[in-house]
Amino acid sequence: MKVELRDPNKIMKLSRLGSFHQSKLSFLRSFLNEFKEWEYKRDLFNLNENGFGEAVYSFKKNKRVYSLICFANEIKDEERSDRVIATKWDAAFTLHDGVPTKKDIERLKNEVPKQEVGRLSYKELTLSRANKSVRIYNHVVESLSKGKQPDLNLLSKVGYLYRTTAVYGSGKFGLADRFRIKNREEINGPFRLEMMLVYLVRQFTFDQVNHVAYHKNPKIAVKLDDNICKNLGIGNSTGLGMAPFIVNHPTLLNNWILSREKALKKIREIKNVKGEDRDLFTDCIKKSLKNITSWNTDSEYQQKKISSLLKDVEKFLNFIDKDFNFKSEYPFNKIYQWLEDNTCEECIEYIVSIMMEPYNDIINPLVKEMSSEEEKYFNIPTYRKVEELRNIIEAKYPNILDINFEEKENNKNFWFISKNKEEPRLADRFEEHGSELEQPLAIARDIKKLYDKLLVSKNSLTIAEFLTSNSELRHVVRRAFIVEKFPYSEIQDNTIGKDLMPIDMLRLKLSFFGALKFDPRSDKWLRICMFQGAPLPNELKSYDEQWVYKTNI
Amino acid sequence: MKSLSEIETTVKRASKAAGYSWGVSEETGKSIRLLELFSLPGIKHLNEYFNEKKKSKFENLNLISESNSSSKNPYCPITLGVSFLDQINTLEHLKKIQFKNVAYPIIFISFISRSSEIIGKKIYVKMDEKKILLNLNVNISSNFIEQEFPKLVNTIELNLLENEDNFTDDEWNNLYKLSEETFVEESDSLKKGAAGAGLTDND
Repeated sequence: MKVELRDPNKIMKLSRLGSFHQSKLSFLRSFLNEFKEWEYKRDLFNLNENGFGEAVYSFKKNKRVYSLICFANEIKDEERSDRVIATKWDAAFTLHDGVPTKKDIERLKNEVPKQEVGRLSYKELTLSRANKSVRIYNHVVESLSKGKQPDLNLLSKVGYLYRTTAVYGSGKFGLADRFRIKNREEINGPFRLEMMLVYLVRQFTFDQVNHVAYHKNPKIAVKLDDNICKNLGIGNSTGLGMAPFIVNHPTLLNNWILSREKALKKIREIKNVKGEDRDLFTDCIKKSLKNITSWNTDSEYQQKKISSLLKDVEKFLNFIDKDFNFKSEYPFNKIYQWLEDNTCEECIEYIVSIMMEPYNDIINPLVKEMSSEEEKYFNIPTYRKVEELRNIIEAKYPNILDINFEEKENNKNFWFISKNKEEPRLADRFEEHGSELEQPLAIARDIKKLYDKLLVSKNSLTIAEFLTSNSELRHVVRRAFIVEKFPYSEIQDNTIGKDLMPIDMLRLKLSFFGALKFDPRSDKWLRICMFQGAPLPNELKSYDEQWVYKTNI
Repeated sequence: MKSLSEIETTVKRASKAAGYSWGVSEETGKSIRLLELFSLPGIKHLNEYFNEKKKSKFENLNLISESNSSSKNPYCPITLGVSFLDQINTLEHLKKIQFKNVAYPIIFISFISRSSEIIGKKIYVKMDEKKILLNLNVNISSNFIEQEFPKLVNTIELNLLENEDNFTDDEWNNLYKLSEETFVEESDSLKKGAAGAGLTDND
């Protein structure tokens, strides 16, 4: 039986993309898989009794070394902020290519804590900073210094000791450009070095609390239990900075979604499912319920989504237990169809993610297809004709063409870059100033404009001729030719309408990172947790691949 | 040192601020990135051009022909470059293309380099007395790399080179003969067995 890939016009809607969950394709899981054979080491741990100073951690294989350099700093409580306007953080990090010399560490000590206003070099690959979850950090230090393990109930409410507030890579602030390292096999997957940084930062947070607790009370202090460490991740606080990325990297977005869609298609095409695969699938769903019930958020929007997810997953488990025969042919196809008919988008995508668990043979090759040589698709095929471009738009953007941008509600917002922090922002074009400096992120509106122009242009005109008098539409002409080849490269929704939920865009990206427990703090900002339940670095050589569904706190 | 990614992003934004559309600004970002990758003064000349653009007028050439001349104001290297890039498939059949009066030609050169890759042909550029060879966007070589690039050039002549060998048949044959010394003479049994397929396929 042949199953079709899902329709981009359905899957690329923001409400669907904003319902995606982590899976075996997620970057943090593929990072662990790739680096499990590497030699992990703590090379330097030079902190004072209060936990301030420098530390270096590394992964090494053959002659290749990646080193995380950590700078832990003393800051005042009032200086601590997750917002991008902050200028000081509890800790700052960079991933260095190779073994840093003393001179490198001295240089970086002056630059890394400054973050966006510091300068890095081509020898640094990623840059980040993090703040303590003060309540949890202090509680853990206090407990350990008294010889006790911390209160698990309290830990479970947060899930981490530190949260990062930005992770930068790919040439930002002088970091190495992607092209310098793109041929390294071990990083042939998106954001792999960013994942490495976050993973090693997690270990630093455990080492730091143990160190501070010990110095507080050397005779009594105990170390944080490994099992508790394993169940703590690293938080991340994310704002709109992430949203333009998925619009500005269409072929990359396509490759992420297409890999997911190919995986689902192949799983639906499995005629007979082995008993062990069935058991693994159902076991993951049952165990994952803990992830849903421990998913804390004050956001009413997210609470509703979690509640319908929990209700639908329980309904699904009931269906599987009582009404479903896994021995029938093409069981995953039947499951998928049942999900579409009976559950919410959040639940459909949740189960789709878990369907991948038993199938390394399907997933592992797809992980290698998730990067993109974006430069290859940049040039516009200007020899093609207006008629062809119009046909592409009609075929690829049917719902976009139905939107009336003359209506105020469909044209309500504009994206801009703030002068203060050079970060993307969203504002009401009818209430705020600055819409004349709008960023080219209103793709739906501009595609519609392009279509209207094409309707009154000669079919036989070449695109080169068309562009001589329509330069303002060049950016969307390029995109239309990209979407012709890459069906999942475009969000099939209005990114400037009044009903836009920008966190859907953030969540799409974060789900591919492998984030858990999305906790929106507003419609433009959310917190997440990464690596919660993941093996510790010294356990990497042999670990339970389904760790993500087995958190204990 | 600025990364190429920073260069591309900043050039894109600056070009938009200088009055170009987002799509053209994206092209300019790519082109200046390329120049800087090849250690050519892209940022310097773009900066100077944008400053001069505030005071002086430049001509936009949208439709390129065999001979293009701007008698009044110099051609804008960005509009000229984007037009050249867009029209390269139709210009390919011309052996020579001439432009008179072009401002900041190094910016234009970056677009020609990208065009060279699109058509798969090397492009030889003569800028007054200066010579540049654009090799399929893989590199740019010239006879004046250490000298200052001009801000204005009277004549640019482009030769779209046919794909031909850079060596003689004799030179090739000599080398090929030497390479044959790594081959094994096939005996009858090797002929039968070493290739795997049958000797006749008349089935």
